[in-house]
Amino acid sequence: MTSSNTFSLFSRDLVRPALASAFAKLDPRVQWRNPVMFVVFVGSILTTILWVQALQGQGEAPAVFILAVSLWLWFTVLFANFAEALAEGRSKAQASALRGMKAKVLARKLDQPHHGASTQPRFGDELRKGDVVLVEAGEVIPLDGEVIEGVASIDESAITGESAPVIRESGGDFASVTGGTRVLSDWLVVRIAVNPGESFLDRMIAMVEGARRQKTPNEIALTILLVALTIVFLVVTVTLLPFSLFSVDASRMGSPVTITALIALLVCLIPTTIGALLSAIGVAGMSRMMAANVIATSGRAVEAAGDVDVLLLDKTGTITLGNRQASAFLPARGLSEQVLADAAQFASMADETPEGRSIAVLAKQRFNLRERELSGHKTHFVPFTAQTRMSGVDIEQPDGSLRQLRKGAGEAIRRHVESLGGSFPVDVQAATDDVARKGSTPLVVCDGLRVLGVVELKDIVKGGIRERFAELRRMGIRTVMITGDNRLTAAAIAAEAGVDDFLAEATPEAKLRMIRDYQADGRLVAMTGDGTNDAPALAQADVAVAMNTGTQAAKEAGNMVDLDSNPTKLLEVVETGKQLLMTRGSLTTFSIANDVAKYFAIIPAMFASTYPQLGALNVMHLASPASAILSAVIYNAMIIVFLIPLALKGVRYRAIGAAALLRRNVLIYGVGGLIVPFVGIKAIDLLLSALNLA
Amino acid sequence: MSAPSWILLVAYLVVLLLLSWPLGIFLQRVADGDLPRWLRPLQGLESLLYRAAGVDSSHGMAWRQYAVGLLAFNVLGLVVTYALQRTQALLPLNPQGMAAVSPDSAFNTAVAFVTNTDWQGYAGEGTMSYLTQMLALTVQNFFSAATGIVVVIALIRGFVARSAGSLGNFWVDVTRTTLYVLLPLSMLFAVVLVQQGTPQNLSPYAIVDTLDVTAWQQPKIGPDGQPLQDAAGKPVLEGMQTRQQILAMGPVASQEAIKMLGTNGGGFFNANSAHPYENPTPLANVLQMLAIFLIPAALVFMFGRMVGDRRQGLAVLAAMTVMFVLATSVVTVQEQQGNPLIASLGADQTASTLQSGGNMEGKEARFGIAASSLFAAVTTAASCGAVNAMHDSFTPLGGAVPLVLMQLGEVVFGGVGSGLYTMLIFAILAVFVAGLMIGRTPEYLGKKIEIHEMKMTSIAILVTPVLVLAGTAIAVLADAGKAGIANPGAHGFSEILYAFTSAGNNNGSAFAGLSANTPFYNALLALVMWFGRFGVIVPVLAIAGSLAAKKRIPVSAGTLPTHGALFVGLLIGTVLLVGLLNYVPALALGPVVEHFMLWHAK
Repeated sequence: MTSSNTFSLFSRDLVRPALASAFAKLDPRVQWRNPVMFVVFVGSILTTILWVQALQGQGEAPAVFILAVSLWLWFTVLFANFAEALAEGRSKAQASALRGMKAKVLARKLDQPHHGASTQPRFGDELRKGDVVLVEAGEVIPLDGEVIEGVASIDESAITGESAPVIRESGGDFASVTGGTRVLSDWLVVRIAVNPGESFLDRMIAMVEGARRQKTPNEIALTILLVALTIVFLVVTVTLLPFSLFSVDASRMGSPVTITALIALLVCLIPTTIGALLSAIGVAGMSRMMAANVIATSGRAVEAAGDVDVLLLDKTGTITLGNRQASAFLPARGLSEQVLADAAQFASMADETPEGRSIAVLAKQRFNLRERELSGHKTHFVPFTAQTRMSGVDIEQPDGSLRQLRKGAGEAIRRHVESLGGSFPVDVQAATDDVARKGSTPLVVCDGLRVLGVVELKDIVKGGIRERFAELRRMGIRTVMITGDNRLTAAAIAAEAGVDDFLAEATPEAKLRMIRDYQADGRLVAMTGDGTNDAPALAQADVAVAMNTGTQAAKEAGNMVDLDSNPTKLLEVVETGKQLLMTRGSLTTFSIANDVAKYFAIIPAMFASTYPQLGALNVMHLASPASAILSAVIYNAMIIVFLIPLALKGVRYRAIGAAALLRRNVLIYGVGGLIVPFVGIKAIDLLLSALNLA
Repeated sequence: MSAPSWILLVAYLVVLLLLSWPLGIFLQRVADGDLPRWLRPLQGLESLLYRAAGVDSSHGMAWRQYAVGLLAFNVLGLVVTYALQRTQALLPLNPQGMAAVSPDSAFNTAVAFVTNTDWQGYAGEGTMSYLTQMLALTVQNFFSAATGIVVVIALIRGFVARSAGSLGNFWVDVTRTTLYVLLPLSMLFAVVLVQQGTPQNLSPYAIVDTLDVTAWQQPKIGPDGQPLQDAAGKPVLEGMQTRQQILAMGPVASQEAIKMLGTNGGGFFNANSAHPYENPTPLANVLQMLAIFLIPAALVFMFGRMVGDRRQGLAVLAAMTVMFVLATSVVTVQEQQGNPLIASLGADQTASTLQSGGNMEGKEARFGIAASSLFAAVTTAASCGAVNAMHDSFTPLGGAVPLVLMQLGEVVFGGVGSGLYTMLIFAILAVFVAGLMIGRTPEYLGKKIEIHEMKMTSIAILVTPVLVLAGTAIAVLADAGKAGIANPGAHGFSEILYAFTSAGNNNGSAFAGLSANTPFYNALLALVMWFGRFGVIVPVLAIAGSLAAKKRIPVSAGTLPTHGALFVGLLIGTVLLVGLLNYVPALALGPVVEHFMLWHAK
């Protein structure tokens, strides 16, 4: 996958098949699907017939001229085909990289759904939903499924491009496995969740190959506009023939316009630039998502991503680093910080959680306290349980007494101390409340019945996230932090991270309600999620990105899957969606604006014999009528080729606010679209004259 | 442009805005059914009308129902207008004994008045009885104006509504618009016109003795009613002279008022507002120009108030004003410049205290260049079509401006209702492309513009150019079409193009050189007028219906701002680009080549 991200735009491997495919797409049934280019296609055939007629001596214009126009019209069609084929080629390359992983897998089907039952060999495509298989180290998981027994490390690099193995185990949010990934150690009993051909991998392949690519609503709306413009320009050119006949009659000079010139004018006027590139833009958008390691289940979802108004983001992992870290020691009255630090470090010695480690690290940083050799003491570790909600260590002192060090939530320690006959000091209670109010987590440490103080565990907001949110705000997107924390904690972190709103003590129901409320206001909501309890909210959200590490239920509910399982990816998804629409809009504007210059080239040329006075409109001083018409047609064809890179890469999105962005794009593509063809047509005309071709 | 021309234009715009602003507030209250207290006495009459017609005024209509009601109402108007013309000889109030109007002319006129076009192939004072003028033509002037206004009200309701199925009640809208807006304004204006000298009577035509003997030549008419031709194909002329003059009379002021206020433009007399009875004084002339734009401008203010954001209305108004000033200045400059061919004959065309100078062919000396140019721009920017000078005699580019203003779809203030709804269609189009350019599904006034809206927008934008171009093409191919041309060469083409442009956009003004009162033109132009009107109205109502059903999206920093200079520029660009590109080749073969021939003759 990672390798497929780096296809250069015009690499030889892509260009050569695309060239072949450009000719294969000359099939009328293929052309019919793109109404604008179909008109060019018919025009090419007509001019070819006119050329054959001219060869037989019945030409309406010199055969060479008709041939030149005809050839360039064919090139226009071919360039459009090439653009589409090139975009599809990139997707196909990505798909074939995926398909490589779909090698036939021999799986071991379990007769009973538990480890140790007898197994039978089955090919991956013989398995059905609900079957249970055993996968051991070195084997490939045959199909998507859920781990029902066992723990194993898995290499998912084939899908995610991430080389570090991940752990999958039964129960909880890490039970989902993807077909095509390899078990590195241990074994898993997996219940298959899909039938062959419906797996995640299959869907990905179908998606990127474009086999299931349907036009998105917005693309259809744009196509309607383009078809309307094509019809109106068809009427403009068709009626021009009677107008010309009348004018010849009225001015008693010259000859009527030729069919060739009319077809040339028609092709120049209809929006061929956007018409030729429209489908390439769509395919490329999908492909860009793919390059960002996001798989969208529909183009509609990609498009909707550009419209998102509200982003719901999980606090943990998205806004803050996954783990809290100890940031301060707040000793009880009369004690030094060092005493507290020392005790806290002791109590955390056996605590391998990141929070526990961070306490030891902080103690070392602050007081250079090293983790002590414990062999000299008889120690007994007290692990965290849901009942006590404390952990710690019992140390047998040289005098035989037992030193009981505990750390835990304030309430838990209070109960513990009071049960031993001690009391919970008022100043420690105050410190606990203070810490909570700041959005941090207080951890109280006690030695026997003596409360030593509070360790502040702080949520660390990710670097740069505040700037990202500011950027989103400029894009008009509201950010909402979702957290299970209480309101105080949530408010403090929300303020620090710079989100617009937060949902504290979030339950699945509360999330769902919040999404519905926003939607009722007419807003489009995006969210990320991974757990099964996120599934209802994911299903309700307009753009729902499920983490690849998430449960099968979450993945089914979402309309995109992030292979990297990186929740900040949502921002890239939004940008890609916007890029897709922007590229379409900008090229449409460019295409229509181009018509002005083309008129200035063709109109004086067409009526040169009837109304030589119209030569005053030949502001570009094109050499001859034939060269003027030909230059316009050549420009019209070549501009497609020049814009292929832009169509595939997309117009860059900048978070500078709607008005500024519009001003910028109107300047570049609107005003630019007015000017560029004047330069281009003139240049082609000069070239044609220099080569004595016209 | 000379200082007086500028002063006239600026003063005109200032007074217009000062008058239309309060009217816009009033219109909004009428449209929203929030009638001012002082109107309460009239409400009894209103409910009486509903009871008589069996209308349930509280019934909300879905767009289809609204459209069916509107079409039925207009078809009924068509039948009545046709029937009255055909039977006028048998009916009262016909002191001059006018005969029944011919079937094709009656049909053409009926369509013209129902569609707010008021294209006139006939001469009023020689064709229509007073009853026909009052009951058929004046009544349709009211109803066609009301039709345009209710369509734009329905469209705006579509933007305002949240997930609603109804656009309001057509019968209620049309009744209120007529009763509370058009009737009072027209009565007021008619009284002012009578004060200025416009007749309002039912007397027979007056015959007066003139001071001089008037002598003239006219084509001799053969027994078949067609001009006789000599061997060379030139018309045979006969010398005439008289000491008497017939002065046409009639209920002129009442029709004149709604002709302007409803942007109808159908004159009581053939000379329209160039006639001294229709447009007696320079003050009346200015008031008539104000009356044309009054309701269209007020509707824009109403729009801003109805959607709850006055800046939206101001943006549309700004776009209209910019285009209007541009158009007026081009006409004025071109007309003031005069005609080099006349100059070469030794005529003095420079402006001085004694004369207005410029190209005075076809203009009233009492109006001069400035007021004639302004009137031409006003009447074609709106879908009025009344004229106080003959557009056919304008300089090529001076005459091209009215042509172009119509071809843009008459969105520069435009017809009552039709101007604004067409402009909003352009706004939807501008927003669609601009919305894409900033990476969002386009939305206008909080409503998403999606497949259905684009389909209907495309139809609305496509209908008129197709009708105009196809109609012109048929006319220049057919012998019957070419027979009507008065001037040879490119100007003959311009005349035909102008006729179809005027009909397709429901303007009604003409390059009068074209003899269009023939079965061929009467039939073809009637078709173009009918589909040019309702081929746009029905898709507009369809858009209103689908917009009404949508949620209204709140504004955010990512929303495309549709007020402010950028959007105004974008809207103007869209109107010019989409409106004009279709007509470039036709314009090149008409006025543009005429211009080069006139000024760059070799």
